[in-house]
Amino acid sequence: MNKYPLWKYLIILAVIVPGFLYALPNLYGEDPALQISATRTAVIDESTEQQIKSALTDRGISFFALQRQENGIQIRFKDTDDQLKAKEVVEKELGEKYTVALNLVPATPAWMETFDARPMYLGLDLRGGVHFLMEVDIDGAISNTEKRLVSDLRSGMREKKIRYLSVSSSKTGGIQVIFPDQERLAQGLIAVEDDFTSLSAKEVEKDGKPTLILRLTEAAKREIKDTSVKQNMTALRNRINELGVAEPIVQQQGDNRIVVQLPGIQDTARAKEIIGRTATLEIMMVDEKNSGDIQAALEGRVPVGSRLYRDRHNAPILLKKGIIYSGSNIIDATAGIDSRNGSSVVNITLDARGASINQRITGDNIGKRMAVVYVEQKSSIKKDEQGNVVVDKSGRPVKVKSRIEEVITAPVIRDQLGKRFQIEGLDSSKEARDLSLLLRAGALAAPIEIVEERTIGPSLGKENIRTGFLSVTYGLAAILIFMLFYYRVFGLVADIALVLNLVLMVAVLSLFQATLTLPGVAGILLTIGMAVDANVLIFERVREELRNGVTPQAAIHAGYDKALSTIVDANITTLIAAIVLFNFGTGPIKGFAITLSIGILTSMFTAIMVSRGIINKIYGGRQLKKLAI
Amino acid sequence: MATKGKYNIDFLGMRKLAMGFSLLFVTISIASLAIRGLSFGIDFTGGTLVEVSYQNTVEIEDVRNTLSAEGYKDAVVQYFGTAKDVMIRVPLKGKEKGALVSEKIMRSLHKKKNEFVTDTDPISKEQTCSVKGQRQVCLVQMRRVEFVGPQVGDELANQGGLAMLYALFGILAYVAFRFEWRFAVGSVIALVHDVIITVGVFSVFQMEFSLTVLAAILAVIGYSLNDTIVVFDRIRENFRKLRKESPQEIMNRSINQTLPRTILTSLTTLLVLISLYFFGGDIIHNFSVALILGIVIGTYSSIYIASPAVLMLGISRENLLQVKQEGGEKKAAP
Repeated sequence: MNKYPLWKYLIILAVIVPGFLYALPNLYGEDPALQISATRTAVIDESTEQQIKSALTDRGISFFALQRQENGIQIRFKDTDDQLKAKEVVEKELGEKYTVALNLVPATPAWMETFDARPMYLGLDLRGGVHFLMEVDIDGAISNTEKRLVSDLRSGMREKKIRYLSVSSSKTGGIQVIFPDQERLAQGLIAVEDDFTSLSAKEVEKDGKPTLILRLTEAAKREIKDTSVKQNMTALRNRINELGVAEPIVQQQGDNRIVVQLPGIQDTARAKEIIGRTATLEIMMVDEKNSGDIQAALEGRVPVGSRLYRDRHNAPILLKKGIIYSGSNIIDATAGIDSRNGSSVVNITLDARGASINQRITGDNIGKRMAVVYVEQKSSIKKDEQGNVVVDKSGRPVKVKSRIEEVITAPVIRDQLGKRFQIEGLDSSKEARDLSLLLRAGALAAPIEIVEERTIGPSLGKENIRTGFLSVTYGLAAILIFMLFYYRVFGLVADIALVLNLVLMVAVLSLFQATLTLPGVAGILLTIGMAVDANVLIFERVREELRNGVTPQAAIHAGYDKALSTIVDANITTLIAAIVLFNFGTGPIKGFAITLSIGILTSMFTAIMVSRGIINKIYGGRQLKKLAI
Repeated sequence: MATKGKYNIDFLGMRKLAMGFSLLFVTISIASLAIRGLSFGIDFTGGTLVEVSYQNTVEIEDVRNTLSAEGYKDAVVQYFGTAKDVMIRVPLKGKEKGALVSEKIMRSLHKKKNEFVTDTDPISKEQTCSVKGQRQVCLVQMRRVEFVGPQVGDELANQGGLAMLYALFGILAYVAFRFEWRFAVGSVIALVHDVIITVGVFSVFQMEFSLTVLAAILAVIGYSLNDTIVVFDRIRENFRKLRKESPQEIMNRSINQTLPRTILTSLTTLLVLISLYFFGGDIIHNFSVALILGIVIGTYSSIYIASPAVLMLGISRENLLQVKQEGGEKKAAP
């Protein structure tokens, strides 16, 4: 009696061995590292890697791993001293097109990473950082679109020579177009149906005049909502890149909200400033006449009326002063494929003002080049040679404002252009995509507002890890000792099961990279407290059976058998509460629900199957007079 | 089989006393909730919370004056743990951009100390400031900032209430499915009892009721039910096994039989929670208080409330046997 077949032990092993393996990475510490990423469209390739390597070797800074990643390079160091020195060197070497962020990366040995074993992913409350919840003002975006449509409608009807009395935003929502007579209205209706597919029209009579009430269709509104959220996310990603955060998160939440998480950032003022900044685009003409004279310009003899710019590859280019139109005239820019030759293109749509200027200028300048310049205001705290902050007389740190200007493209004008046009001749679909993102960055994005902020200073994060660890250790120790005294041999078995449960929980959390938060740690602790419940139920049942005069072997058997349905029932109801918690909770609460659910499931396995396995090994198939319970 | 267990306490005989006792507490709780209400955290009300840590002890009055001068007369300032740590809470105000409040507060606190934040020390993780041109560790350190806008606060409160209802309904359905409706109603009565008293304590002592406290209460629902289910399970088993005894005797015996387990599990859970309370840090404080309260009350209610409620709803042996044997063909007569 009470013997497990071999296959049951094999199942136990099959769970526990991987469990230990996946929990293991959490025992290794973290290495100080640098995370280098490119801002905007700068590229990171073999040569960047070489450049960094030789710069570091020249300065005698030792590093033990340099890894190219999806969009950056990661370098690991022995200590923070090397890390800090290296940061300065690399920053100087690469210039401002790259951001260099300090980071701590898990020191998991390479062989573990090959089967995806990583340490648990810590939430912001454990590692410090900023969490923003931002809300995109969809109504604002819609009213912006309507305002733009008002001017587009005017110019559209002028173009088609349809006479109208007025076009204006209606107080009751939508746009109203008043016509002198029914005939003109009919013409106008056709024009709207042809050119303004995002609008639905209704004919009414207003002050005796035939009037069209135009409203954005539901599909158009949905489109505005989607693009304005996406656009904001793109813009946020670009700007956050500059903050030099190692693992930023920018995610859509719900319909119109964006979650931004910046681990390790403490200067929230700066984070907010950068997040709130907008980039603009300026469209200018290339100074073709003097373009042969770049060398002279580089030496300081810039022709009158022109300015020297740099493009993405740092090549110099001369542009004529004077902005033709700006990025706010760009409604949309999307990457696409030219149907004629299959090459990558970017499709651009301008608003009415931009279109009319574009038509005039391009008509006069066929064969010449037009440049799109990316402009961004940047402010940073001034530092001296040693990296110390420079302060003014009152002790206030000195801020330096700088203007980043970069020519992102300078295509040749082939034709007279209007509202819609294409930039052709791009090398790859990736380039087209990057360019379209840049062009959109200057477009009028929907207003955005911070609706929630949670910042945990790094020192508090560190402390939270410590207190979390302490409370788990003491709580666990108390239970282990208690069980051992109360149930003796059986208590020891329950203790083993409990420790295994903890290992399995850590393994599952690591495997799925679920975010571990401080309430999550509380969840772990709570499940430790509750996990012994299953064993208590079983052992009390065994004692009861023994009191009833049943033989020890039968008592063990009955104890496990009868307690099973109770354990399952009790755990399922707790699981219901945990699942509800998970569904409604945000951030930290979710963390609690996750650890609670995982704990319930793993504890059922360890408390029932594993503990039975051990008990069977100890007592199974023997003649017993007494049980140590 | 089924000889008398280790304990033989007439729990159900005390049900009148227990009910009176519970009724008293529930009444006090509801009265307090009605009169004093809950001291909701900014998770629900919206507003800004800033936790700062000073190098040296600081007077609350000084901090309050500094904030008043900045225009935050209604700021709530209190010590948080030690006399060096201060927590500041500012309610939402009409037009002011809420997200900027924390910055203004930090700036004014730094200014009071004649320091300006420059950057963060990458190793010690402390903020460094310049004081008269000298670079040094800031005298005031920002520890934590929370800002919740009005849009989010309402939403969280609604979601929290809904979550509570969903959890109760889910449990009601599961217990009704596994046992019988009287048990389901009995367990929900016990749960509502637990929740009302736990929340009541938060109201009476005006402890801050935050999102994490709400989570703790949901966890308490799960836990308290766990206890109740174990007792119910035994009652069901005994109903089927013991043919001669009255429902009251059966219930009494079931509660007594499961008593060691009920006490032990509560004890082990309390052990870890006490550890959490003492070592888990200030942020998790109210969370562990809610859990500790909930577990004590939940243990009490699973003994004194849940089973008596089922008894009063008129449970009989036939109710349970039917569920087992005939599904629901013949509706149980009350």
